[in-house]
Amino acid sequence: MTVNGGEIGAEVPDRTLLVDFLRDVAGLTAANIGCDTSSCGACTVLLDGQSVKSCTLLAAQADGRQVVTLEGLANGADDLHPVQRAFRAEHGLQCGFCTPGMVMAAVSLLAENPTPTEEEVRTALEGNLCRCTGYHNIVRAVLAAARDGAADASGGGLDAAAELATNERRSA
Amino acid sequence: MSILGTRVVRTEDPRLLTAGGTYVDDLRVPELATAARVTFVRSPIAHAMITGIDVSAAREAEGVVAVLTVRDMDDLPPPPPDDGGGGGGEGAPLPLGGPWAEPLLAMDRVRFVGEPVAVVITDDRYQGEDAAELVSVDYEPLRAVVGIDDALASELPLFAGTESCVAVTIGEADDGTGFEGCDVVVERTIENQRLAPVPMEGRAVAASWADGKLTVWVSTQNAQIARFILAGALGLDPGMIRVVAPDVGGGFGAKIGIERDGLIVAWAAKHTGRSLRWAETRSENMIGMTHGRAQRHAIKIGGSRDGHIQAYRLDIVQDTGAYPRLGGFLPFLTSLMAVGPYAIPQVQTAYRVVVTNTTPINAYRGAGRPEATAAIERAVDLFAAGIGMDPAEVRRINLVPKDKFPYTSPCGATYDTGDYVAALDKVLAGAGYSGLRAEQARRRERGDVLQLGIGLASYVEITAADAAGGETARLVVNGDGTATVYTGSSAHGQGHHTAWAMLVESELGIPMAKVTVIHGDTDLIPAGVGTYASRSLQLGGTAVQKAAIDVKDQARRVAADLMEASEADLELDTERGVWQVRGDPATSQTWADVAAHAGSGGLEASANFTEGQPTFPFGTHLAVAEVDTETGKARLIRHVTVDDAGTVVSPLLAEGQRHGGIAQGVAQALLEEMVYDADGNPVTGTLVDYAIITAAELPSFELLTSETPTTINPLGVKGIGEAGTIGATPAAQNAVINAVSHLGVSHIDMPLTPARVWSAISAAQGNGVGQ
Repeated sequence: MTVNGGEIGAEVPDRTLLVDFLRDVAGLTAANIGCDTSSCGACTVLLDGQSVKSCTLLAAQADGRQVVTLEGLANGADDLHPVQRAFRAEHGLQCGFCTPGMVMAAVSLLAENPTPTEEEVRTALEGNLCRCTGYHNIVRAVLAAARDGAADASGGGLDAAAELATNERRSA
Repeated sequence: MSILGTRVVRTEDPRLLTAGGTYVDDLRVPELATAARVTFVRSPIAHAMITGIDVSAAREAEGVVAVLTVRDMDDLPPPPPDDGGGGGGEGAPLPLGGPWAEPLLAMDRVRFVGEPVAVVITDDRYQGEDAAELVSVDYEPLRAVVGIDDALASELPLFAGTESCVAVTIGEADDGTGFEGCDVVVERTIENQRLAPVPMEGRAVAASWADGKLTVWVSTQNAQIARFILAGALGLDPGMIRVVAPDVGGGFGAKIGIERDGLIVAWAAKHTGRSLRWAETRSENMIGMTHGRAQRHAIKIGGSRDGHIQAYRLDIVQDTGAYPRLGGFLPFLTSLMAVGPYAIPQVQTAYRVVVTNTTPINAYRGAGRPEATAAIERAVDLFAAGIGMDPAEVRRINLVPKDKFPYTSPCGATYDTGDYVAALDKVLAGAGYSGLRAEQARRRERGDVLQLGIGLASYVEITAADAAGGETARLVVNGDGTATVYTGSSAHGQGHHTAWAMLVESELGIPMAKVTVIHGDTDLIPAGVGTYASRSLQLGGTAVQKAAIDVKDQARRVAADLMEASEADLELDTERGVWQVRGDPATSQTWADVAAHAGSGGLEASANFTEGQPTFPFGTHLAVAEVDTETGKARLIRHVTVDDAGTVVSPLLAEGQRHGGIAQGVAQALLEEMVYDADGNPVTGTLVDYAIITAAELPSFELLTSETPTTINPLGVKGIGEAGTIGATPAAQNAVINAVSHLGVSHIDMPLTPARVWSAISAAQGNGVGQ
C-alpha cells in the first residue's frame, strides 16, 4: 500500500488490523488504539481520501490503496496543514491521544463539506471521542480551519490522496 | 508586560500535531526492542472461590513465553501488615490493609469481574489473546454483593476477619439538632452514580529488569509515587527502580501512582527477566481501571420561609467496590465540603463505606467534592421549591458573604478567599436569567412539548488538599542561555510545559522557546508528588517561580562580577532577557554571557514549595436544558459559568480545563453510568454500552471571567482542573428537573436518561403524560 506517499509492503498474518500494520510494521505510531468497538476514532486515518477507523479494517483490505496518517499531513514542521494550525491556535488538544484521529476526521469532514456549521461539525465528529477538551475548542478549531481554506490544502502524503478523491468526484 | 495572563499557544502541540505523542505503547526504546506482550486472564465472575487453574494448554500455545499465576509469586514481600482492623477514616493508611488487603494476582478467591487471575506472556499481542483463552480456571461461584442496598443488608461479610460489608463508619446518627425551629424541612435520598473515568489512553505499562535495576514506563500522573508503590510491593529499594512517565493520554485521577495490574507487569518482568509491554484494551479498562463516585446521599435541609437555611445534614454511603482503596477516603472529602458555599449554621455529616463485588472505586475528577456539591445543590433546589422561592434568590441569601473571608465552615474547612455572590450575579446576568425564566413561563403556559429548564449550581471546592506534601522544581540556566526545568508535577494534557515556561519567561526573561520542561522521570527528578487534586500550578508552579527567583539572585551576583558593577546597580530587563546597569542598555549581558561566567557551578536552583495550604476555588454554573416531555429526551442547550480559581496564569489552559470539566460533569448528569446486573456482571463494559459524551450532545460553553486571587501562594492561584466538573453536574441535573417541575416532578436521579425523565413525568402525572 501507499502510506503518506511512500510505498510499503510486508507479509503479515491475515488477521492483522490496519492500525497494527501502521503502528508495528510501518512504524507510524500517531494513530492510537482507544477502544475495541470502533467507537472512539483515535485510530482514524484517510483511506483513498476518506476517513476510516483503522481498527475496523484488515491491513489486507488496504492492499494497493492510499493511506494518509497524521504524520503525512504536514509539509514539514514549519508548514502545517490548516487543520493542524487551527488545532494549535484554538487549543483543540490537551493530552493529544485522540488528536491524530480527530485531526484526520476533521480533514475528511472539511473535504466533504468545506463550510460546515457548528452543528454539522459536532454531528460529523460524533464518532471521535475526546475526554479532555469537552469538544469546545475542537469544534472552534474545525470551524477556524474551514475559514482558513482547509478543504483546498494539500501537501505531504495528502497530495496523492487528494488527487484520488478529486478523480472520484469527477467520475461521480 | 508580563507574559502571565496572556493567550500563549502551547509548546507541546507541534509534536503532538505532527507525529503524535509518545505514549507507553508507542515507545521504541532499545530496552523494549525485544519486549514480550502481557495479556491478563481476568475473572469473568463477580465472586467465586478459585478451585483450580490449569495453564498447561496455554503454555503449549504458539508464541508463549510464560504463564504466571499467584503460585509463581514466591519472590514478593508479605502483604502489608494489619493496620489495626480496618479502622479507616481520616488519616487511615490507604488501602486499608489488614483483613481488607488486596492481593496482586488473585489467590483463592475473586471479588469482582475483571480481577487479575493470571498473566500470559507471548511474543506478540495477538498470540496473547489466543493463549489467554486456553487458561482454564475452575470457579466455585459465591453469592455476589452488588450495590449499596445489598451491601448494607448482607449478613455475610466478604472478607474473613470482618463482621459485615461495612468497612468504615464515621459520625453520629441524626439527633435532629438544628432542625427544631425550621419552617420547612425537606428530606430525600439521592444517588451519585458510579462512573468510568475513560481516559482515551487506557492503562499501559512497560517494564525491563536489567543489571539489578527495574525500569518501568507507566501511563501515570505521578512517577515518583509509582516508584514508591513499586518499591513496597516488589520489596525493592527505591534506588533500584526508575519510573518514567512518557506522554500520558489522560488520567482524571484514575492514574495516580501505579495500580495492581501495573505492579503485576513490573513483577513479571523482574520474575522472567524479559522486557514486557502491556497496554490494556478498552474492555479491560472499563472493568479493570478503578471507577469513581458511587455514593448514596440522604440529605436533610431545613430553614425559614424567608429563605434562610438553618440546618443541613448529609449521610453518605460510599460503595468502594471490591477492595477499599481511595474509595475509603472519598467520603471524608465529601463531608469536609458538604456545606458548600453556604453560611449554614448547623451542619452534620456521617458516612459509611461498604465493600461490594464490583470494580474498586478511586479518585475520578473531583474525587469526593462533586458528590458534596451535587448533594447540597439538589438540597438547595428542593428547599427553594419547598418554600416557593426562586432558587437563585435562595442561593444569594445563603452564600457566604464577601466580608467573611477567610471563612471556616462548620465542616472544618477554611475557605481562603471568595466573592460567591458576585459569581452568582455575573452568571445570572451573563445568561439573561430573567429572560430565560420568562421564556420558560411562556412555554409552560402554552403547554409546549419542548419545555425549558434552568439549573443553577453554586460551589466551592478544595484544591491541593495535601498542600503540605509540597512540590519540587529544579531550574538550570544552561551555558547557551537556554533554561531547563525539572518539575515534580506530571502533565497528562494540562499543558504544564507551556505554563512552566511562561513562569520562567516572566521571571527571567528567557523566552519560552528556549525553556525545556522535563517531568516524569525518577532518575532525573527523584523527589516529586505529581499531578492530582488540582495541585500543580499552585504548588509545582510556585516551586518553579521560587527556583527562578533563586536563580535570578545567583545571576545578579555573577553578572555584577562579570560587569564589574555593584549588584544594587544591576537590573534584569525581562523584555529583552538581558542583565544591564540600570537604565543603560549598552551594558547589557545575555543569559548566555552570565551563565558562561558562572563557571562550573552554573546557574541552578532547586525548590520545594511546602508552605502552601489548600485553596478553595468557587463559582456558579447555569445550565439551560430542553426536555421533550413526550419522550423524556433532555438536551443541554446552554451552559454559562464563572469558575474563579484566583489569578489566571494562562487563560488558554484554564479555559481548556473548564471546558473539559464541564463536559465530564454534564456527562454524569445526563448520560454516563457504570451498571452491574444483580450477579455483579458489568453491563456497560464497552464504549458501545457506556454512554460516554460526544461532541453532538454538547453546546459550546459560555465562560465568564472572574479572578479573586488567593493569599495562600505568591502567584495568587488556585486549582482549576476539577472545578468545571464540580459545578456542571448539579447545574445540568437541576436544569432538567426544573424543565419538568411544573408537571409535579421534584427529583430524578442521574443519569437523566430519556427513560428516567419520561418515567418521572409519567409517575408525577399519574401515568397521564406522554401516553
